[in-house]
Amino acid sequence: MHDLTLAELAEALASRACSSEELTTHLLARIEQHDGELNSLITVDADNALAAARQADAERSAGRAGRLTGVPLIHKDIFLTAGVRTSCGSRMLKNFVPPFDATVVERCRQAGMVMLGKANMDEFAMGSSNETSYFGPVRNPWDLTRVPGGSSGGSAAAVAAGFAPVATGTDTGGSIRQPAALCGITGLKPTYGRVSRFGMIAFASSLDQAGVFARSAEDAALLLQAMAGFDPRDSTSAELAVPDYAAALTQPLAGLRIGVVDEFFGEGLDAGVAGALEAAIGVLQGLGAEVTRVHLPQLGLSVPTYYVIAPAEASSNLSRFDGVRYGYRCEAPKDLEDLYKRSRSEGFGAEVKRRIMIGTYVLSAGYYDAYYLKAQRCRRLITDDFRRAFEQVDVLVAPSAPEVAFRLGEKADDPLKMYLSDINTIAVNLAGLPGISVPAGQIQGLPVGLQLIGRHFEEARLLNVAHQFQRETDWHRQRPARFA
Amino acid sequence: MALDADDVHAIAHLARLALDAGQVGVLAGELSQTLGLLEQINAADTAGVAPMAHPLDMTQRLRADEVTEQVDREAFLAQAPASEAGLFLVPRVLD
Repeated sequence: MHDLTLAELAEALASRACSSEELTTHLLARIEQHDGELNSLITVDADNALAAARQADAERSAGRAGRLTGVPLIHKDIFLTAGVRTSCGSRMLKNFVPPFDATVVERCRQAGMVMLGKANMDEFAMGSSNETSYFGPVRNPWDLTRVPGGSSGGSAAAVAAGFAPVATGTDTGGSIRQPAALCGITGLKPTYGRVSRFGMIAFASSLDQAGVFARSAEDAALLLQAMAGFDPRDSTSAELAVPDYAAALTQPLAGLRIGVVDEFFGEGLDAGVAGALEAAIGVLQGLGAEVTRVHLPQLGLSVPTYYVIAPAEASSNLSRFDGVRYGYRCEAPKDLEDLYKRSRSEGFGAEVKRRIMIGTYVLSAGYYDAYYLKAQRCRRLITDDFRRAFEQVDVLVAPSAPEVAFRLGEKADDPLKMYLSDINTIAVNLAGLPGISVPAGQIQGLPVGLQLIGRHFEEARLLNVAHQFQRETDWHRQRPARFA
Repeated sequence: MALDADDVHAIAHLARLALDAGQVGVLAGELSQTLGLLEQINAADTAGVAPMAHPLDMTQRLRADEVTEQVDREAFLAQAPASEAGLFLVPRVLD
């Protein structure tokens, strides 16, 4: 059962081949048995999950089931869940039980989905390896000595290991696409504003976007359908109609113009990854797509630009954690300043503190223009490059990551080396574009991801291309042997 | 921009972070290195380029100034590290 896709499970539930309670019980048992090795979940919510599954089965018996009714999922522990601890991977929120649900959580529940638990993640989504979590690192199901990627490493590992057919994630600089690539699954980061940020703990508000992990593009389409759409509680939510993503999957690719981004295929790209990507591009050509090379000349600016803007926004967002209203408070503060400073220093981990300090510095008097304003101008240069590229082509392709999963500890002591692991994904966030990573090969048993990038709000096109690719390939059907 | 120990202390204070004396030297090195990376943006010619604050260049939507929901005071206070009589407790600020 744990090997089936969401689409297949939905069918099994609809035909009564299995009940949601049976499915949920099976997956909870798998988590119990195997998650000790992976550490992909921070909280398992077994009692509520079983109750929700029985409720879903009752709805189905009463003839009120939708397509996703009774389908289990895992939420990244950045989404607020009423009554269920939400830690954001931090000591700061180790005991935080939110009084309300994120819109994403609410919509999945309204669709009848059953939440199994909350996924491990880099602390406050700051990391590319899931090693900054207060709750310990997550391991890659394909090789337990390697990282699953980050920051949504728990979500990616859990889906790859067959703990749930789908999971939610967030992507500020690549935190869905990079772990999806490293764990051999499909991960979609929608356009900025497509999915509500309400109740999603903020990291960098002009970059953060919620998205999905799945075993296929078709599954990603089904979950995105439930999550996407305007939310009056998020002031940056897009007031646009949501298309029928599943209906768009079957469109033929003949005549589709695909641009291979030259700058992503140069120095720093692993030769094996490059080879897998060339083969994947060949598959798309075989499906009738017209492939050309395109350039994003300012792409080299994206990492430094991001590491000004994201920490600046983070330093502002994380100022709310003050030890007063919720979250961690230090012991015996001697005065208010001591309470603020020690609560924050003891509650936040090293990487979060580094980013808060960088952000504070670039926003401080005398440096704002040189760093923050300059970075915002660079952001426009990068975005303009994409706009020009999309005048020539419909979809861009790039590697999702420059290499396969790296070893635990390999980059943990070198912040700059870690920052550069997002080099293939960051520009897409700066421009607010949608991107999807699909499995496109393996190197010595470790998955490689193909990234497709679309115009604003063209998620349907990306899902369509990914689905057609998956009809011709079986990389997305490969499972790590240890978790068969 | 190379930061020294005084800079690190000043930034930490602005960010309301307490640092162990032993961390300051390491942090000064790490933050200086990171700023070195960030300063690559200086090479870009941005003359006449407008700063981009929002990925879709949208303006912030405003809602009507109406009461839409009531805060459940008890539920919110239940999260507080310390509270009393419906208020958040902090150390004494006035003598």
